Amino acid sequence: MIEIYNGPLDVKEVISRWLDEINGKNWGAFIPFVGIVRKEDGIEALSFDIYEPILEKWFDDWQKKAKEKGAILKMAHSRGVVPVFTSSYISAVMSPKRRIALDLIDEFVEDFKANAPIWKYDVIDGERIYAEARSTAMNGAGLMSKKD
Amino acid sequence: MVKIEFLGPIGKEPILLDVKNLNDVSKELNKDENISIWLEKSAVALNDMIVNSLDIELKDGDKISILPPVCGG
Repeated sequence: MIEIYNGPLDVKEVISRWLDEINGKNWGAFIPFVGIVRKEDGIEALSFDIYEPILEKWFDDWQKKAKEKGAILKMAHSRGVVPVFTSSYISAVMSPKRRIALDLIDEFVEDFKANAPIWKYDVIDGERIYAEARSTAMNGAGLMSKKD
Repeated sequence: MVKIEFLGPIGKEPILLDVKNLNDVSKELNKDENISIWLEKSAVALNDMIVNSLDIELKDGDKISILPPVCGG
């Protein structure tokens, strides 16, 4: 289950709650990734649109993949405006073994960037501008392109 | 009728089309230049499942989503 919040994430609350879930389970690895909005190119915030039905399916597929390796994936993401220096994205892998968790977090975050249906906008002087240059066409993109 | 949703930055209201298959949807959408520029780089979902072929028959009430390039995190 993905956790979706309006606005910035409460990183300490989320991470500590996830840590509590593995407390006493004799699992050797908890690897979090916390994405923080950087101040660059005059942006004051980022803003996000999310399409939840496909995001949930995408995440469920990854959760199955993780489960086959004995691991669990966690993910939280913001919707709407997230100011600089705050967090818009947290994911984590919990696993009995370190190597599995390190590999999974890498693959998961990379695929998240390419195939999770989330759209990013820079907020500059209160205006919302689609971050087109930093966006990636999803797998299967161009199916309806008339060039075909 | 099937419903076409344009997600994220495409910024267009959903439309209803009376079509038989995904190829027909593609033909209809490509008539609008403001949409066809997005189609080149967008993925397509039918009832919230990404599809990889246009040779799919549609039934009344189906939902088609157009998903432009993404950037989470």
